[in-house]
Amino acid sequence: MLSKSKIFFKGIVAVLPHMLSVIPFGIITGAIGIELGFDPILVYATSLIIFGGASQIIFMQLLSGGASSLVAITSVGVINSRHLLYGAVLSEYLEKLSFIKKLFISYFIVDQGFAESNKYIKQNKNLSNPHYYVLGTGVTLWFCWQLSTISGIILGSFIPEELGLKFAIPLTFLAIIVNDLRKLDHVFVMLVSGFASLILFNAPFKSYIILSPIVALIAAFIMLRLKK
Amino acid sequence: MTWFSIIVSGIVTYFSRMAMVALIDREMLGTKVKEVLNYVPAAVFPAIIFPGVFFNDFGLFVEITDPKIYGAIVALVVGFYSRSVIATIVSGLLSYWFIIFFLLR
Repeated sequence: MLSKSKIFFKGIVAVLPHMLSVIPFGIITGAIGIELGFDPILVYATSLIIFGGASQIIFMQLLSGGASSLVAITSVGVINSRHLLYGAVLSEYLEKLSFIKKLFISYFIVDQGFAESNKYIKQNKNLSNPHYYVLGTGVTLWFCWQLSTISGIILGSFIPEELGLKFAIPLTFLAIIVNDLRKLDHVFVMLVSGFASLILFNAPFKSYIILSPIVALIAAFIMLRLKK
Repeated sequence: MTWFSIIVSGIVTYFSRMAMVALIDREMLGTKVKEVLNYVPAAVFPAIIFPGVFFNDFGLFVEITDPKIYGAIVALVVGFYSRSVIATIVSGLLSYWFIIFFLLR
């Protein structure tokens, strides 16, 4: 049987390859926060308090573009609703934990950590302490994320404006969904969302950022209905 | 006000992570909801990508010759074939810089 520390360590090793994308993404997030004109302390606070790259960038982009707090907060909620899915899957493995431990481990549930944990725990059904694996992935990602966003914040103050680093925002998000480009159903939902955002861009309060995903999710729902 | 928004966003994000683990019975999420949640990334991110490429800082449509469009096409093609996050971002930025610093000068 594997000891707790060994399981934890296995979790650390599993997410190491993801650092190739997490570290640059963190640097970009920090640098963009500075480029958008936020105070370094505020930029870093998003890493600590929100701790989610995509939502941090969108949050700062919306606020700097004059969106209201309500729109910024709601769009963070929409983006992060995918965590509900991760939680639903992981809850099966975390069932035996005390309530306090559940509250603690939840903070560390992130995309890459979830993907690796789910893969490993499914393959090792009779693991006695699967939560140590989840923690190993989550804590590693957390440390790298904090350090890379701090590096980005420092670098950001040296990057000249002529470079147009803001263009890194759409590119970063393109990179996030690039793996789904081979799935036609996902591409369909992407196109609906993209065109909806162009049409709704001038809707009041920057609400396009919430309305377009809703339109696209309704399209996804209808598509799933028709498939059956 | 910004601090307030960060803290509330943090609470919302934490809740999304914690709700299914600690509060709600996972059976509450029906299969249909789970299927739709699978599409959240595909539904959310293009709403940032498209305006980021096709609109300028003033919220107007860019011209068809805008360097951002070509940078995005390069990133899309490189990303599709390489499936690499870094290659996607770097190829897009480099082609964008190549156009604005060399071709347009």
